[in-house]
Amino acid sequence: MLYAPIVIIAIFSFTESKVLGNWMGFSTELYASLFNGGVRYSLLDAIKNTFIIAFTAATVSTMLGTVAAIGIHDLRYRKRRIINFVNNIPILNPDIITGISLFLLFVSLGITQGYTTVILAHIAFCTPYVVLSVMPRLQQMNPNLYEAALDLGATPMQAMRRIIIPEIRPGMISGFILAFTLSIDDFAVTIFTNGTDGLQTLSTYIYADARKGGLTPELRALSTIILVVVLILLIVVNYRSSRQARLAEMQQNQLKQTK
Amino acid sequence: MRLLVKFFSRRRNWSLPYALFLAVFVVMPLVLIMVYAFQSKDGGFSFENFERFINQPEAANTFIYSIGIALITTLICLALGYPAAYILSRMRPSSSRLVVMLFILPMWINVLVRTLATVALFDFLRLPLGEGALIFGMVYNFLPFMIYPIYNVLQKMDSSLIEAAEDLGATPRQVFTRVVFPLSMPGIVSGIMMVFMPTISTFAIAELLTMNNIKLFGTTIQENINNGMWHYGAALSLIMLVIIGITSLFSDSSETDAANDGGLL
Repeated sequence: MLYAPIVIIAIFSFTESKVLGNWMGFSTELYASLFNGGVRYSLLDAIKNTFIIAFTAATVSTMLGTVAAIGIHDLRYRKRRIINFVNNIPILNPDIITGISLFLLFVSLGITQGYTTVILAHIAFCTPYVVLSVMPRLQQMNPNLYEAALDLGATPMQAMRRIIIPEIRPGMISGFILAFTLSIDDFAVTIFTNGTDGLQTLSTYIYADARKGGLTPELRALSTIILVVVLILLIVVNYRSSRQARLAEMQQNQLKQTK
Repeated sequence: MRLLVKFFSRRRNWSLPYALFLAVFVVMPLVLIMVYAFQSKDGGFSFENFERFINQPEAANTFIYSIGIALITTLICLALGYPAAYILSRMRPSSSRLVVMLFILPMWINVLVRTLATVALFDFLRLPLGEGALIFGMVYNFLPFMIYPIYNVLQKMDSSLIEAAEDLGATPRQVFTRVVFPLSMPGIVSGIMMVFMPTISTFAIAELLTMNNIKLFGTTIQENINNGMWHYGAALSLIMLVIIGITSLFSDSSETDAANDGGLL
């Protein structure tokens, strides 16, 4: 049931008809025109914008969030609580409120809205998630490791690079992935901050397209591709983690036997 | 330059850039909503925007209607999601992992694409778009948010508690109503939050699913902002913020859990 709508989209991505639900024989025309730019130029543009924005926002928020997490971890209790509280606001706020509040901010500062404002807005709602995914790693870390590195003559910078960063890297990576997907998926914040110059991301493009009545048929092909890529990614991740679990189990069994 | 190096050699000062960032991009925007909401068009302090909301039956009705839709959606999600989560938690770990993955997978597709897929489904089955489609679409979009936190809680539940209840002579029904259900309460609360909050604030989904025939509160806010009525729009946003604040008071402790679970979806 959950998959019925997606399956229909996928099936109808292989026919040429303009309207959904109208089967006109098998064809890969939609895929071809998606890649040849036979589509209205703007869809490809929107895809490009989506990825540029997501990549920039995810990179910046990973850096900002990691540095912040390291700093917050070292703060005293009261200040740490305040920052954590504010950090949770964008996570709990509905995206429409985040969008409107940022819109009002840019308007009252007199900043013209466009690429920069969208990226800033995305950084604003992605960074808290990065902080949240890096923080547990810092808490699990043995604080003596850092001290030991300093005692053995490492500069604070070296200790940071060789001790702390490797420890928190998994948190940084999952934070980056999270930020990236959140940014790609965002609609509400983007639509309030993209200005009037016609900057479109995939979601605002779909929205505008759907409001005009007719949907660009190539979108069906695109959604199917996205679905397949995500499916493969998840299977790979799942396969790898279950194999790791099995390996760990085997090692433990061996340990038991040697004992 | 040297001062700067010295300043950042203390690690707790590393939080400063982010603190500034939060102040500008999180706190200040929210303050601005408040400022705009209590401002009349000529800039003076007034309650004019709120008076207008109360006196304008259209906006107030939309508001009540949106809360109603959000409640119905949340209830349906709970009714469907709890049994699903329960069955999942009773499965073998390897197969339940797969099913959970199948539930989460659609979440990776853009919300609007999923909504369009729902529209396509209704077209395909020759069903009319409207209220029914709206509720179906919302349930379809937000059901995983209900299942996941409940599943998490049920799965972590200590099974010896259930066995103890059985040993002490409880019937299966009693085990469920007196042990399992009360213990899964935190998951239910965060599930309700995670469905109710987005459903009350959506706007694009509703527009697409009802061919713009039914207006939700989110749409009203967006229209006002787009038409340059920032003060009134800000006042409406503030009203929504208050509703969400009240909802989140109900689940103070599970708040951060909910946020964490949701983030991973």
